Amino acid sequence: MARFVLRVNGRTHEVEGEANDSLLSVLRYELNLTGSKFGCGEGHCGACTVLIDDQATRSCVARIGAVAGKSITTIEGIGTADKLHPVQQAFLDAEAFQCGYCTPGMVIATMGLLRTTPNPSEADIARLMDRNVCRCGAFPRIVQAIKSAAVQMSNAGKGRDHE
Amino acid sequence: MSDRPVLEPERYELNEAQPYRFEMERRGFLQALAAMGGGLLVVASLPDPLAQESGQGRGGGALPGDLASWLHIDGNGHVTVYTGKVEIGQNIRTSLTQTIADELRAPRASISLVMADTALTPFDQGTFGSRTTPTMAPQLAKVAATARQILIDQAAARWQVDKSTLDAKDGRVVARDGRSLAYGEITSGKALAGMVDAGPAQMARDQWVERGKPAHKVDGRAFVTGQHAYTPDIVRPNLLFGRVVRPVAVGATPRTVDDAKAKSMAGVTVVRDGNFIGVVAPHERAAKAAASAMNVEWDRVAGLPSSETIYDHLKKTMRTGEGGNQRTSGDVTRARADAAHVVEASYRIPYIAHVPLEPRSAVAEWTDGKVTVWCGTQRPFGVRSEVAQAFHLNEDQVRVIVPDMGSAYGGKHSGEHAIEAARLAKAAGRPVKIVYTRAEEFMWGYLRPVGVIDVRATLDASGKLSSWEFENYNSGTAGLQTPYAVASKRELFYATDSPFRQGSYRGLAATANNYVREMHMDALARAAGADAVAFRLSHIQDDRLRAVLTKCAEKSGWPKPSAAGRALGIACGVEKGSYIATAAELSKTSDGFHVERLTVVYECGAIVNPDGLRNQTEGAVVMGLGGALFEAIEFADGQISNGTMAEYRVPRFKDIPPIEIVLLDRRDLPSAGAGETPIICVAPAIGSAARQFGTVAPRLPVTLSNA
Repeated sequence: MARFVLRVNGRTHEVEGEANDSLLSVLRYELNLTGSKFGCGEGHCGACTVLIDDQATRSCVARIGAVAGKSITTIEGIGTADKLHPVQQAFLDAEAFQCGYCTPGMVIATMGLLRTTPNPSEADIARLMDRNVCRCGAFPRIVQAIKSAAVQMSNAGKGRDHE
Repeated sequence: MSDRPVLEPERYELNEAQPYRFEMERRGFLQALAAMGGGLLVVASLPDPLAQESGQGRGGGALPGDLASWLHIDGNGHVTVYTGKVEIGQNIRTSLTQTIADELRAPRASISLVMADTALTPFDQGTFGSRTTPTMAPQLAKVAATARQILIDQAAARWQVDKSTLDAKDGRVVARDGRSLAYGEITSGKALAGMVDAGPAQMARDQWVERGKPAHKVDGRAFVTGQHAYTPDIVRPNLLFGRVVRPVAVGATPRTVDDAKAKSMAGVTVVRDGNFIGVVAPHERAAKAAASAMNVEWDRVAGLPSSETIYDHLKKTMRTGEGGNQRTSGDVTRARADAAHVVEASYRIPYIAHVPLEPRSAVAEWTDGKVTVWCGTQRPFGVRSEVAQAFHLNEDQVRVIVPDMGSAYGGKHSGEHAIEAARLAKAAGRPVKIVYTRAEEFMWGYLRPVGVIDVRATLDASGKLSSWEFENYNSGTAGLQTPYAVASKRELFYATDSPFRQGSYRGLAATANNYVREMHMDALARAAGADAVAFRLSHIQDDRLRAVLTKCAEKSGWPKPSAAGRALGIACGVEKGSYIATAAELSKTSDGFHVERLTVVYECGAIVNPDGLRNQTEGAVVMGLGGALFEAIEFADGQISNGTMAEYRVPRFKDIPPIEIVLLDRRDLPSAGAGETPIICVAPAIGSAARQFGTVAPRLPVTLSNA
């Protein structure tokens, strides 16, 4: 056992564990951040997606030894029910979910996607979101939500430029 | 519509033996019997599911008649409604709220539903068979309308006026002189005494206010913020984590068990009881490590079929006479002798997996000999019975709570995960959570049944269908009966042995049966030299089926694909009282074909929530794409060889073509269940289109055998 310093949603946590412990397991069971979901444990469904230094990462296969000291953002760190992040608002407006189990991972993956590809085509979305599954099949709505979030965030960005 | 569900034979999971026979429990039970003076020992088996589901059996109970069991209005006017139905993403929490809001005349925001808690909600048979909208919505409509009448009665008594002068709206009873009382002021939080009226005045469907309009998921914010607690997110004080040590293959039994290493680990408890082996540890990763440290040698069952040999196995082990929905009429032998064309084929349907993103999970907590289990299941009351039987408890000593679930698609009707968590928690003396790994979910959940379907049909000299023979081995009887007019037919089902657990799936066997039927109708149209739509229409008498097929042909541009070199295919069907037609347009690729677009026309009576229905329809079509294009379980020697998300391919963004959905709203008809039927025509629409590029193998997924 060793100690690792994790920076999650702007807060610093010291956790005890092995270097190859799954980040998702630590988030869910040590830090009680259960918004990131366990879906497959293989990095192939995306329900556990978090941002690590702004990059969408499957936390179930990320190891705490490798992410210690980096900036980790989970669904709990981006918005609240009263003040949703524009991506969350876009998913809500498009009703881009059914059971909702994939939604936190989809929202976070969308944030990662928009950081690198602010104006994604449908082909970009299909390629860059390939590791996120919605088993309920709400894909067409999720694509709509991503495109609408892109527009809103781009407008917000332009707004800032003029301030 | 009967409240008594038809239990199709492919709901195999409902007729399984108990998953575990706990020795410790049995000894305790025998001792208790001896203490009671012995007597007759009845070997426990699960209650007959039909008896149980109908409310007649031990696990059942008639629907309560008193209003207070269903609805409560507190002093602030907040309305709580109780239903045993489960929210699995099909959005009934929202659509039922729309129904209640309409009939109670209360704002949607003032209403919340308590669902699927066996201690709080009325008995319910389970959330399956697309039955919530046709049966629970009318029940809650009656409940809400009765409550509205009672509120008006109480206001009339208070004001000493004739109740016919009063009206109800926006959560208030309103008098003609402008006086009004909020519902909360009338009840002051006291229970509404009275019985649910059998026929209270209800809105005509063309008067709907809340229903018939799009409504967003009532608690959508909890989902986009990650705040909704699914079962794997439930935390209890002093919670421990468990793992079940699984056999290496189906049917394998432990020969030797070395638990020394696991037992030496800090805080680990090893639980062995009959064939059950599990571990409990202080946290999730320790439980995983302890399970890995268990050294078990297994005796395996020899000679199990593989995914190659299974189809012969089904025929070898067939049994006649099980399952309903079978028909024989006319004279097929004569029709064959007189036929201008005989077309026959034998189709293979593989096992496929539900793959709900939330795997089976349960949290169990014992207090004073009673157990509470949070778990994902579509049958909370059925699971209550299973847990009660496993531990020899009365049902009132078991409480099952189902948080809104990370879906199921028919795959979570059984309670093994609840029993496992309860057994581990009992041994540990503290609450225990288990969460299945993805591999466990594939291997130890149950699968959509494998099947063989043999079909033979004849055309007479005029090109009319003269006989229809359809024999289904194992996959099931939903959708077994053809909707097409034909004088002579045999429609039969044979139960067989299955090496793996199998059971309900979205639409049950209707997907397999409609695939084969529609592929064969397409083949017959080709044999007759007829247009596939015209050929079908000349054999359809049901106007609702004609309507969806005709509309789908029109919307898809039938028979001309939208671009040269492409192929168009079409299929239609009726299931669970809902009517569907689907057209698929394909392009040719170097290794087969690509789905370019889908056109779906759906009619399921009066539409309650158009946006919710569109979402469900889209989802069912996407799920259908998986089974049509690539899903199939591979196995040998009692082990699944592609039981991971990396190897078992489910639809992803790149697989989704443009999907045009046309919903036909029939306000003149009652609402039918909606979430299953749109899955059934995806594969045959694709398969019949693919025939224009080559020979399509008689199996699922759709494969060109000479691409």
